[in-house]
Amino acid sequence: MTTSTLLSSDVVERVLDEALSRGGQFAELFCEDRQTMTSSLDQRRIEEMGSGRDRGAGVRVVVGETTGFAHTADMSEAGLLAAARAAAAVAREGGARTRSVDLDALREHEARAQILPGSTDKAKKVELLLHADDVARSQGGAISQVMVGLGESSRRILVANSEGTFVSDHQVRTRFNIQCVAVGDAGMQTGYEPIAGTVGMELLSLDRVSDAAQKAAQQALTKLNAVPAPSGDLPVVLAGGSGGILFHEACGHGLEADAILKEASVYAGQVGELVASPLVTLVDDGTVSGEWGYLAVDDEGRASGRNVLIENGVLTDYMWDYLRARKQGRASSGNGRRQSYQHLPMVRMTNTYLLAGSESADEIIAQTPRGVYVAQLGGGQVNTATGDFVFGMTSAFMIEDGKITTPLRDCNLIGNGPDVLKRVDAVATDFSMTPGTCGKDGQQVPVGTGQATMRLTGVTIGGTAA
Amino acid sequence: MSELLQKALGIVERAQGNEQIEVFVATGTDTDIRAYRGEIEDLTTASSAGVSVRILVDGESGAQVGSAWAGALDEESITHVVNEARDNLRFASYDEFMAFARPDGVAPASLNLVDAGVASTAIDDKIAMAIELERIVRSGDARIRQVDSASYSDYIAAAAIASTQGIAVLSEQTGAYLSVEAIASDDSGDQTGWGLSVGRAPRDLNVQQAADDAIRRATRMLGAVKPASMKGVAVFDPRTASSLLAIIGSALSGSSVTRGRSFFADRVGEQVAAPMFTLIDDPTDPRHFSASVYDGEGLACRRNVLIENGRLRGFVYDTESARRAGTASTGSASRGGLAGSPSASCRALMLSAGEKNQAEILAAVGEGIFVESLTGIHSGVNPVSGDFSVGVTGLMIRNGQLAEPIREVTVASTLQRMLLDILYVGNDVEFLPGSAAGQSIAIDGISLSGA
Repeated sequence: MTTSTLLSSDVVERVLDEALSRGGQFAELFCEDRQTMTSSLDQRRIEEMGSGRDRGAGVRVVVGETTGFAHTADMSEAGLLAAARAAAAVAREGGARTRSVDLDALREHEARAQILPGSTDKAKKVELLLHADDVARSQGGAISQVMVGLGESSRRILVANSEGTFVSDHQVRTRFNIQCVAVGDAGMQTGYEPIAGTVGMELLSLDRVSDAAQKAAQQALTKLNAVPAPSGDLPVVLAGGSGGILFHEACGHGLEADAILKEASVYAGQVGELVASPLVTLVDDGTVSGEWGYLAVDDEGRASGRNVLIENGVLTDYMWDYLRARKQGRASSGNGRRQSYQHLPMVRMTNTYLLAGSESADEIIAQTPRGVYVAQLGGGQVNTATGDFVFGMTSAFMIEDGKITTPLRDCNLIGNGPDVLKRVDAVATDFSMTPGTCGKDGQQVPVGTGQATMRLTGVTIGGTAA
Repeated sequence: MSELLQKALGIVERAQGNEQIEVFVATGTDTDIRAYRGEIEDLTTASSAGVSVRILVDGESGAQVGSAWAGALDEESITHVVNEARDNLRFASYDEFMAFARPDGVAPASLNLVDAGVASTAIDDKIAMAIELERIVRSGDARIRQVDSASYSDYIAAAAIASTQGIAVLSEQTGAYLSVEAIASDDSGDQTGWGLSVGRAPRDLNVQQAADDAIRRATRMLGAVKPASMKGVAVFDPRTASSLLAIIGSALSGSSVTRGRSFFADRVGEQVAAPMFTLIDDPTDPRHFSASVYDGEGLACRRNVLIENGRLRGFVYDTESARRAGTASTGSASRGGLAGSPSASCRALMLSAGEKNQAEILAAVGEGIFVESLTGIHSGVNPVSGDFSVGVTGLMIRNGQLAEPIREVTVASTLQRMLLDILYVGNDVEFLPGSAAGQSIAIDGISLSGA
């Protein structure tokens, strides 16, 4: 069953007509049918397999500066019309009028997945989870707990609006994550490794799963010997991959047009200005096929794009959704996303990455007399209005005399976006991406971050060692 | 009997052969209004419904369980969910501790968590509150440059849980919130502050209080600097203390403890915190906005003393983790939504009040930092190892008084150390959204990383 067969174009047109009937200037119908399948292993047991389905529609009506929104799980024409009326109620002075919406021909997009969710034998998934557990435990007797999760999701969306947009997409995502606990004399430590992509179960080869299990276990085991992280300013080398979270937090959120238009970002009014080291060229790119933040179209039906945000240190543009772009009389950049049909779209990142540089990662480390090497970052948070942000290191080591030495216990690093961006003084060639989940105003969406090994001349390390 | 509970019992009847079924059905309506520049920025009205089913079959070496859920309550969805749960269970491992809850004789608390005011208040009056909130903040202080978001939200929620094991309960509640984020500005730059007001209905909300809170927090941060690194005392305000208690609470979950993922495991009876620290989880106390008559498995919620005078007394359990620990459920099963199984978690934590108010604590502490906001809790706190490092904003404490504002700093210790290093617990209890009430807490031995 495809989304387009769920609703015929004449039903969609009638719903949009109803949504505009009180004077709305713009109306949109967003339909979603999402199926998820999860399996989890804990304490050597398949704890549970679960399946879920969420299906419904959201109707949005824009009048002037005001948006009315209603959503429903009732996908009958009557249910959709009721949602359209509820959303339209916000148009208070519009009065009754008739406007007929003409939709374009439906543009359909197919999932870029070989093995679709639900088509893998459940017994096969059980094998994969048990295999991960075996590999992790074989890394050392100190591994006391292994938790493995596997999720597949199939999300079909249909977007139609009063400007004629009529688009469908099928998004298939697969995610695997493993967490290990190791027990030592000084207590417990954890290791974590995710694998995720906008593809089907072909993502999870036995080799790739083994590799992740090994990494997670080794991370926990290594941290058993970790010492408290330093407290204070030090040079930091971020390993390729998860270090991209730095840019996601340090400037990504501040370059989202909703924060810009409300002047709630330190980057408002800075286009054309030098905001970062000339080594920084930052791109948000929804078109990277297979990556966790890949989109054929965004949740407003707009084709995703490759948008250069900072080029050689100069701020070139922000990220835009329909509403914010409309206010500025420009086109959306394909960054309008929402967690589900129950949420309003807003400006969100897709895959945000720093272009690779020309140095060797080993050289960068060798040329750092004393600092911190961060092998894995675990997440972060930013206040876009002040630019202050934190990001947490979940695997880190001291660098002494140009060599990676003692492992460090988990802690946050803290900095100010515009300040830290200027402190990038070396970027290597070993580019890679990491999947993550980005939360904003209570909505979670999948995003990718990426970068090559790079160095910051100084960041505040939030540890306890003097 | 309510229609919703009847619906749940109807699904329970679909059990076949030796199957046990547990059914959770929920409905809700929500209103969200955001005001911007004197107008409605967006207004969301919605109703939702969903079902979550677990099916369990007992075997010789334990039970297998499977689950499925749907964000709908129509016949087709229900049939699909039951079939999927049945299919999923075949692949689960046998687990001798897996079981559904059975009625345990604990009487449900008599709580009224529903206020008809949510349904009876006209939408125009709710809109007016959001617009008024934004207006008061904008006009409340010349240094307020922007109001990023000013919102009114409310909900009416109902849930029924029924099972083949004799569970059949219905819970209902309402809630209303005001929340506002202000940006203050002067020559030194921008600072933010947010305020909130929470209740069961619009009439409980205090627009002025939410506005004042946001204005005060934003304006008093103006001119904040990055202080020098130091080690000393941190006083957490009630809001940040509530976040701290919620983290402590997650390590007191029987689900974490029995899976070897809590630093409290095997420490019952030990002195884990300073002697004035008594932590109780009591969802039957109606002052908590998270109060509840029943837990996520349909057992009566009850008062559980977790840490008493610094000594670890026990954990909160759901049925499965309790069996694993060789004890009984404490009525603490909690569901994160429709998906998956319940797990044990604290719902309504509160510390026994100390003797000092906030000003008296500051005076007693003399020198240190006062913490008003935390960032990076999910990235910098590890409830398994206890490592703790978070970004903060707040004010220096000098000569027992609040002094200059500080930003871009972290505070760090370990959760284990922090509990033992508590100096004072305040008497200024504030009931807040989330799983813990808050009150001022002073903790020694904190590393502050700054310039």
